[in-house]
Amino acid sequence: MEHIVIIGNGIAGITAARHIRKLSSKRITVISAETDYFFSRTALMYVYMGHMKFEHTQPYENWFWKKNKIDLKKAYVTQVHTETKKISLESGEQMTYDKLILATGSVSNKFGWPGQDLNGVQGLITKKDLELLEINAPDNKVCKRAVLIGGGLIGVELAEMLHTRNIPVTFLVREKAFWSSVLPFPEASMISNHLLSHHIDLRHEEELDEIIGDSHGNVKAVRTKKGEIIACDLVGLSAGVRPQIKFLEGSGIDTDRGILVNRYLQTNIPDVYAIGDCAQQREPVGERKSVEAVWYTGRMMGETLAQTICDQPTLWNPGHWFNSAKFMDIEYQTYGWVWNSPKEGNAHYHWQDQKNNRAVTVEYNLHERTFIGINTFNMRMRHEVFDKWLDDQQSVDYVIENLQQACFNPEFYKKPFHEIQSDFLKQKSAI
Amino acid sequence: MSTYQRNMSLAGEPPKALNTTQRLAVVVGMAGLGILVLHLFNQEITHPAIWLTAALTLISGGIIGFAAGSYAHKQEGIKNDGVWFKSISSRGFLGWLLGIALTGFYIVLYFYAELLGLNTEGDNTGVISLFDPLSRALSGNPASQWFVYGTLYTIAILAFGIKFMWKYRHNRYEVIRTISVMFFQTAFAFLIPEFMARLNGDGYNLPYYDLKNIWPLNYYNFEQYRINDFISSGAIGMFLLIFGIVSIFVITPILTYKYGKRWYCSWVCGCGGLAETAGDSFRQLSDKSQSAWRIERWVVHSVLVFVVMMTTTVVSVYLGYENEGYWLSRDVFLFTVAAGLLVLYAAIMYWKRHQLKKDAVVGATVYLFISLASVALIYFVDITQIKVDASYFSLGLNQGIYTLDVAVKSLYGFLIGAIFSGVIGTGFYPIFGNRVWCRFGCPMAAILGIQQRLFSKFRITTNGGQCISCGNCSTYCEMGIDVRAYAQKGENIIRASCVGCGICSAVCPRGVLKLENGPMEGRINSEAVLLGQDPDLMALLSDRKAN
Repeated sequence: MEHIVIIGNGIAGITAARHIRKLSSKRITVISAETDYFFSRTALMYVYMGHMKFEHTQPYENWFWKKNKIDLKKAYVTQVHTETKKISLESGEQMTYDKLILATGSVSNKFGWPGQDLNGVQGLITKKDLELLEINAPDNKVCKRAVLIGGGLIGVELAEMLHTRNIPVTFLVREKAFWSSVLPFPEASMISNHLLSHHIDLRHEEELDEIIGDSHGNVKAVRTKKGEIIACDLVGLSAGVRPQIKFLEGSGIDTDRGILVNRYLQTNIPDVYAIGDCAQQREPVGERKSVEAVWYTGRMMGETLAQTICDQPTLWNPGHWFNSAKFMDIEYQTYGWVWNSPKEGNAHYHWQDQKNNRAVTVEYNLHERTFIGINTFNMRMRHEVFDKWLDDQQSVDYVIENLQQACFNPEFYKKPFHEIQSDFLKQKSAI
Repeated sequence: MSTYQRNMSLAGEPPKALNTTQRLAVVVGMAGLGILVLHLFNQEITHPAIWLTAALTLISGGIIGFAAGSYAHKQEGIKNDGVWFKSISSRGFLGWLLGIALTGFYIVLYFYAELLGLNTEGDNTGVISLFDPLSRALSGNPASQWFVYGTLYTIAILAFGIKFMWKYRHNRYEVIRTISVMFFQTAFAFLIPEFMARLNGDGYNLPYYDLKNIWPLNYYNFEQYRINDFISSGAIGMFLLIFGIVSIFVITPILTYKYGKRWYCSWVCGCGGLAETAGDSFRQLSDKSQSAWRIERWVVHSVLVFVVMMTTTVVSVYLGYENEGYWLSRDVFLFTVAAGLLVLYAAIMYWKRHQLKKDAVVGATVYLFISLASVALIYFVDITQIKVDASYFSLGLNQGIYTLDVAVKSLYGFLIGAIFSGVIGTGFYPIFGNRVWCRFGCPMAAILGIQQRLFSKFRITTNGGQCISCGNCSTYCEMGIDVRAYAQKGENIIRASCVGCGICSAVCPRGVLKLENGPMEGRINSEAVLLGQDPDLMALLSDRKAN
């Protein structure tokens, strides 16, 4: 029987395993050094905040794996020997595979800051990071202040988490407003204002220069580029993530930032594949980045690769871009593409309701008036409807006129669509 | 790294610690409760109206004050910080303590009301007499233990309802729904029956009737004494009797078709009302395992069969010796029940067989067989001649000998009416969660659930590919539904047990879930497509399965 070995039990690896099982009776082994069972990484923050227990982050009950004949092995893979189709584990054990799927995920970016390896410097990606955070920042006596570096989504999660334990947070962001490398400025500043309203000490246009340790090797303070020294006990890393590929050195598998794969998610070595955060597309699809550290991308790659593994070669072909996030109390969704400033030939229509932290930005082509994408804040939108509108290349006028159809807010919510529509028409006639 | 040690203690730290307002509120609320407890021992009550007002005001003030301390200084949004750190909401010491106290209260209420001051002869004493002034003001009669319970129940729904609305003030579905349960409790369960009692004596002999408490939840609604009361109370009595029948056979099916069982369970029902308000802090304690779901289906449907058979027995017995010559005879009634059950079974098996899994078919068939056998037993055997010695079933606690019909009725009242819905259902809120009764025991929920699953426009829609499997929805589902299991596959959630409280949708950080009423067609999409990629892999998958 063909043996499929999957390294990594995150969403990509586990989805691949589940779908291979649906399609075949191949022997499947999933190896992870992190946890015994699959859990949802995105839910780690809720464990620290006390919304959930760790067991709640596990989407399948423990009997599920045995019942579906998916072998789970807790081990750390040190080397991949592609010529003999073997992997070495830290225990010294070796395992033979027929097909190997690399789904090893990400690690926090570190940019060579002085002091970046001190105790108390950490990201929030793994279960171990969560456990470390309970040691580094259990309360505001042990952790009198935390400094977060870089304006990514993990940063805003860490800010919300630490805030629940009344730990003062200073948040260093290089841009003029939070996440303004992705969000249009009015929306980015709305998020900034929201963080400030929760008493997060958000410092715009400020960067880390150095992390200062004490004589025990613990974090004591940070120095910013502007020269300010901020005393702190925790430095949270949120300057993005990069693929976890170090163990592949010398394996013959081509890597760049991530593991290089073709549109079939195959590496340069036959029978070795890579999916999820650790994969890097040789030919990025559409406007998508070559490395996409996004939950659903990992899931979809797992689904796609399972087809290929089960003798139905299938191209990695993600559909229209979409995503979502939550910035403390503000929900964010996006469908299609909205850049922080409109692309050449495009324009933005922006609407905002300051009082309720609601906002919409629509990107559209000025000449053709084609709808390109939408950001919504505190307004839930229906994925299905936008997917269809993007397929149909609807006009911006049609989309605004029919926003109601795409509304996914709970029943009885007050809807701002009439307001948006009349504002849009007013702006249109003013041009 | 190995020398790196820091204090891991969390004791009394945010978000677990209570702030000053919350502490003050606890003291105020406990003072109110203290007045009631002191009156347990106080046989000679002076100024009952003043002390009762003081007690109820302090209790309500404590609860509302606690809500203010919890939410007033916070921005609108989800307020679940520290839920699993707090002793009371995570089956800690305080949770168990509260569970034991509540259970004890229910045991006294149901079985030892004399401890509360209910006297078989003479005036009330103790805590019940404290409630006499309020009871007299409303119905003109002295209080009973049920009046005391009803008053406290209403206060709980109102005060904790305000807390709940404060917590979810950003969510209009939750706010409006809570106003609804507060209204139905205050008007229908508390005030109207008391006012109805005022009519009595003047040609009227109306039984206590909470109009929204529908059979079979109100399992005694068609007992002989009530039917006699209804019939002897003129037009109003007949209206109430007909309303009781219409509400289960006409109103319920229509509303459940249009809106799902939520119109009742989380908008109207008193049990649901208490669970959603006072029980809100315990919703995360429900068991989400698949084995709990399996137990739930057998237990709740067994209670349904039990109540149908118990009611059939009771009604057939008084029809048998009272209504001779009347068109509705015992035989007509029994044939109607048997035929009704058969037609219902056949219709579901014919039109909905594709939606039923094997275990559902087996269950339904077993239950039909038991039901028909019971009807046959009642038809062929004079069950009033069968004597049951209760001491065999009650470990000797009850030495009485009853006829079979009375035994069945008493057993239901004791086992389901008192122990399940009260002692376990509410007493165990802090251990098993706030909907144990609704999920495992309520026969009304079982009927509504069957219809919701098979014949309703209601569903919870999932939003394409946005789910990140975080599990907030499943954690906070009070009915123990593993919502995430559906959401991460892009399937609609159509579960018999869903009461439509809307909290899964509220706590979702990615805007994935929406409660909706829509066309029946395509409602159940267990081969759902997760949006976001080409070609459509799930379609491919089902194609391959078919080939």
